[in-house]
Amino acid sequence: MSERQGLRSLNYLNATVGLKSWLLTKDHKRIGILYLIGITLFFFLGGAMAVLIRLELATPAGDLVQPDTYNRLFTMHGVMMIFFFLIPSIPAVLGNFLIPLMIGAKDLAFPKLNLASWYIYMIGGGFALWAMLNGGVDTGWTFYTPFSTTFSNTYVIATALGIFILGFSSILTGLNFVVTIHRMRAPGLTWFRLPLFVWAHYATSLIQILGTPVLAITILLVAAERLFHIGIFDPALGGDPVLFQHLFWFYSHPAVYIMVLPAMGVISELVTAFSRKRVFGYKLIAFSSIAIAVLGFLVWGHHMFLSSQSVYAGVVFSVLSMLVAVPSAVKVFNWTATLYQGSISWDTPMLYALGFIGLFTIGGLTGVMLATLGIDIHVHDTYFVVAHFHYIMVGGAIMAYLGGMHFWWPKITGRLYPAFWSKLSALMVFVGFNLTFFPQFVLGYLGMPRRYHAYPEEFQVLNVMSSAGATVLGVGYLIPMVYFIWSMRYGKRASSNPWGAVGLEWQTPSPPPTFNFVDSPTVDHEAYDYTVRPGDQKVA
Amino acid sequence: MSSETTTRAWGLDHQFDSLEQQREASFLGMWIFLVTEIMFFGGLFAAYILYRWYNHDGFVAGSHELDVTLGAFNTAVLIGSSLTMALAVWAAQVGRRKLTALYILLTIALGLVFLGVKVIEYRAKFEHHLFPGPGFEWPGPEPAASVEMFFNLYFLMTGLHALHMIIGIGMLLVLAWLAWRGVFSPENHNLVEGMGLYWHFVDIVWIFLFPLLYLLGRNAGA
Amino acid sequence: MSQQQPSMWEDLPLFPDSASTLAGQVDGIYLFGVAVAVVFSLLIAVLILYFAVRYRRRHADDVGQPEKTITWLEIAWSVIPLGILLVMFGWGAKVYFAAMRPPADAVEYFAVGKQWMWKFQHPQGRREINDLHVPVGQPIVITMTSEDVIHSFFVPAFRVKADVVPGRYTRVWFEATKPGAYHLFCAEYCGAEHSRMGGTVYVMEPQDYQAWLSEASPVEDRVLSGEELFAKHVCNTCHYPDSAARAPLLAGLAGSEVELADGRTVIADDDYLRQSILNPGASIVAGYQPLMPTYQGQISEEELIQLLLYIKGLEPAEEGHGGSAP
Repeated sequence: MSERQGLRSLNYLNATVGLKSWLLTKDHKRIGILYLIGITLFFFLGGAMAVLIRLELATPAGDLVQPDTYNRLFTMHGVMMIFFFLIPSIPAVLGNFLIPLMIGAKDLAFPKLNLASWYIYMIGGGFALWAMLNGGVDTGWTFYTPFSTTFSNTYVIATALGIFILGFSSILTGLNFVVTIHRMRAPGLTWFRLPLFVWAHYATSLIQILGTPVLAITILLVAAERLFHIGIFDPALGGDPVLFQHLFWFYSHPAVYIMVLPAMGVISELVTAFSRKRVFGYKLIAFSSIAIAVLGFLVWGHHMFLSSQSVYAGVVFSVLSMLVAVPSAVKVFNWTATLYQGSISWDTPMLYALGFIGLFTIGGLTGVMLATLGIDIHVHDTYFVVAHFHYIMVGGAIMAYLGGMHFWWPKITGRLYPAFWSKLSALMVFVGFNLTFFPQFVLGYLGMPRRYHAYPEEFQVLNVMSSAGATVLGVGYLIPMVYFIWSMRYGKRASSNPWGAVGLEWQTPSPPPTFNFVDSPTVDHEAYDYTVRPGDQKVA
Repeated sequence: MSSETTTRAWGLDHQFDSLEQQREASFLGMWIFLVTEIMFFGGLFAAYILYRWYNHDGFVAGSHELDVTLGAFNTAVLIGSSLTMALAVWAAQVGRRKLTALYILLTIALGLVFLGVKVIEYRAKFEHHLFPGPGFEWPGPEPAASVEMFFNLYFLMTGLHALHMIIGIGMLLVLAWLAWRGVFSPENHNLVEGMGLYWHFVDIVWIFLFPLLYLLGRNAGA
Repeated sequence: MSQQQPSMWEDLPLFPDSASTLAGQVDGIYLFGVAVAVVFSLLIAVLILYFAVRYRRRHADDVGQPEKTITWLEIAWSVIPLGILLVMFGWGAKVYFAAMRPPADAVEYFAVGKQWMWKFQHPQGRREINDLHVPVGQPIVITMTSEDVIHSFFVPAFRVKADVVPGRYTRVWFEATKPGAYHLFCAEYCGAEHSRMGGTVYVMEPQDYQAWLSEASPVEDRVLSGEELFAKHVCNTCHYPDSAARAPLLAGLAGSEVELADGRTVIADDDYLRQSILNPGASIVAGYQPLMPTYQGQISEEELIQLLLYIKGLEPAEEGHGGSAP
């Protein structure tokens, strides 16, 4: 341990020691790491289920697991990945860690509430895990009524309760971010000097605040119907099952933007840092985040074109869904234009970012196809939908999450990871992902419905391709897990600014001190100001 | 942590630079929380509107079963409690420790009166078999399922409101104790103001529930 | 299909069968969507790769060129995609309306979904389970409901799909164009055997279909006819065939306008008739007392369909010819 004698200045990791100092911490950076542990656990649990699903689907006959088991697998896969991994992933880990750093604050506005949010998340996760260990739930992550309220005899209540509790974690995190961004910015850091990562999280938080409570009440109504037979959704009890779909998607469509908006924020940071260039059309990107958040609340009905809602409602929701594609397209064009005449490095985070732009483009364009009424008639509830949302959530959100982790890992831990292995894993994730999910577009148009445990033989070849891709993808996800853990002990020490990036988080030591900055920063320039060479920059 | 603390005001948390900033942050936080509450009740109001449309006659009939006198009395009680809560905030602003605690206790008392009346109303519904579920009975000509849907929503909405009252009363008890101990000052009484906002919000929810459940349909005739 | 391992690639279909009048329309808008997706994805991919190579960092300290604001470009790539999107919307809506509105000459079939089977009833009364036989070249509308959870009727070769929702009727229509056997799937997750809730749609030449209809039904017919049900539930205690004294006349009711006690006017469609049997108090006809008891829970969805067919088949009795109908 030759570094020992280097006795670095106190930082947030070594300022206090012991398990208690972590479990009672109010430091946003430590809470970010607590979240990281939680979501990684759920990511690999959800991933393990995906592996079983792909194994089962390698053959047309349902021969690996029973139909009941299969239904629980895809349900728990969806619940874990969406509610317990994707929704908290970027905001709760990277957002928590970075927002105060990026705006030059000592912490979030409500540090105790932040810690409470983590405990709420873990308690919610505990319920979901308990339900899973006792046999799981088989309603699909969408909990459609009356199946979920009357017909399923699995652990619906326990899982729903887990999601209900988790929702408060999401709400409180969003609340904390909005107040922090409004009230805690460093002197001189005006709204239009904020990094786009912060804008994206602001938009995300609005959705968390406005959408999640509706999910909460919907879950309560499902529980009331299931436990006390208070008829709200079951037509046999006088209810309307389609009302459930309206309430559910009122949250769950915007929830897609909870997953992808922070990802867009990450990409804006990566593209600028690795092009060393101010982002093209800063204001347009910032406003497009808000536009997506607002329009996102008006498109939920596009999940219900065939649910017996009125054709006119279908038309309105279709055109609104088209509108939400515009700000997304604008972002893609602006990122691409940022590359023009940049100084582009091919470091690992940039590989993830470029991969994101490509995959998100495909995901977005296929989303447009789904919003097109005439196409949706045929591909609704088929593998086309499965492929589309995995392009957004895995090709989009997870690529950005991994890109962000690779970008800020030196800041978080003060260590570097091996470049070769990280580039290899980025390549494997990209190739494996496309091999897994592209064939599913074809399967969808051929007519293979989603959530099928067994399928006609002519669909086999495409399914085998998909399963083969999933193994590549799985290995691609395991490699970073290994070298990240390895780097915490054996990785090279990182300087305060290993990428030569601008942004306040790079002007404080790696890892940062407990209260983030040695001297409280003031800001007198716009974000992504790369007009000076990194070598000439003032060092904090 | 060291050099700055010497000049820091008492009661100022580490993440803030000034009491002003802290106060603004806690206010904004509370308002945002109330927005989430509006969305939470919003789901139920959406269901109410939809099912009222489907089951118009049942809703009118169900509404006639409610006791308007008790409902109006409770409305008055709640408005009174909002007044005492506002007075508690005022007392904290001017730094009158005992008066703050007293007004908070008065608010709690009025809240308990409201809940007591609610219990009387609920019990009457149980006795008349108007509680949703297998025991529900409806002798009138309107379809029982429609009337039951009214009572589904009646119990869900008023029950959720009552739950907010109970949580509020629990928090007010703590607040009264803190006020009595002199924790609040004219400079820093954000907690009292935050609780005040919450209490007014719960009050306002009732102001919407009362006409929707008790009054609407009365003038529509039977 | 699973003979001695032909070449693997011969088993790799890329496009589904087309066997309905709608299929071509859906394929048209789909291929347009694919073209848009391919063009834009390639555009972005090529630009990214080109820029990433062309402007790669050559020296560790290099920085990019200062960004220029090009407003017209930003406006262009907001407005042009919007234009393309609106074209897709309009075209898609046109196909959607075609799919959602059955032609007037469509023949009505019935379907009941339940965990986990489909029960179909032909207009001529023949019933079958999971499989559906239809004649080619005849528009067919299927009125569907579910006995339990939500299902979805999906025939990929016809490019049609519609949810089957308990407590209401939904409709799907198609006109088959090519004889053959096609998959029928349930597309809305409905529980354990969801993936096995399906069968085959057989499209037949009209004469073959007629021949098939005249075969003995393999399904054991346990459902009473509408007329028998009408008698069993003693509906005729009030609904006299020739007098509207105690209850509205049923003959000629289907499809007509009905004035309700609360002033509304409704069309007596399938949903109205269904509601009036299950939940009669909800829409009392003007001039009548709410006397009819509810039949919720006493009549199954399949029996309801028989009653509906019976009511719809009643000929309006003309004045003076009273008593001709039983």
